Amino acid sequence: MISEWVVSILLLFGGAFILIGSMGLIKLPDFFMRLHGPTKATTLGMASILIAAMVFFANSKTGLSVKEILITIFLLITAPISGYMLIKSAIHHKLKAKEGTKGLDNIEDD
Amino acid sequence: MRLQARYRWLPTPFRSLFLFLIWLLLNNSVSPGHLVLATFFAIFIPLLSFSLRDPQPLILKPGLALKQLLIVLYDIVVANLQVALLIIGPAKKLRPAFVKVPIDLTHDMPITILASCVSLTPGTVSAEVYPIPESLSEGEEPSQRYLLIHVLDLKDEEALIKLIKQRYEAPLKEIFQC
Repeated sequence: MISEWVVSILLLFGGAFILIGSMGLIKLPDFFMRLHGPTKATTLGMASILIAAMVFFANSKTGLSVKEILITIFLLITAPISGYMLIKSAIHHKLKAKEGTKGLDNIEDD
Repeated sequence: MRLQARYRWLPTPFRSLFLFLIWLLLNNSVSPGHLVLATFFAIFIPLLSFSLRDPQPLILKPGLALKQLLIVLYDIVVANLQVALLIIGPAKKLRPAFVKVPIDLTHDMPITILASCVSLTPGTVSAEVYPIPESLSEGEEPSQRYLLIHVLDLKDEEALIKLIKQRYEAPLKEIFQC
């Protein structure tokens, strides 16, 4: 009974974070700022959903499952790499940053 | 920085440990059969693949590495909450900026770990490492490397650079002794 509460709260929490991360994609003004949503806000959301899955299966007939830890590790390793690839190609294509972005002269030509 | 491990038959001790744990996690069991198979893989996969890879610096302070991992995990949770609040708040108030952080690390792997930590934590995404290797002549060592990062909401540039250097770079320098 308690575990059901824990699972539901974690699922809601995780879902809310993923929703906020996706809202950032619509709301923020330029590409570089939009990148912050998927690299950060969604990691915590995914982690909550995976913990909820672990709690759920620990209380079901299948018994404790720890594969979710592996999913978390791979997510944490790959999220920065994909973020890096996206921002590098954005810089290469000389995408316009939002007006008032400081330190644009720090970008070197390549 | 040390590239050569103590024993020849165990060229990458921590990668072996990681392989061992991942095999057990994948199979979701600690039965004797899987323990033996995991040990077999943990010893022989690094031995077979070691000569194909560039030598990587070894973790010389495992205790500190574990502590740093916990610090980064804690920071990920805090940074997630902060970025979520920034996204919900008014978008006009954000002050985005590109910042160049001077880094003292020299080897590729510690720099990769630092860039990943920066991407996952305090409202920043790492964009580029300067100087770009292709712009250097063969075998030339750059005098100073920089990490270009994009900040979602920049308050104080000096404080941010200091935070990254102290909280993430200094422990990495300790762990790899470079």
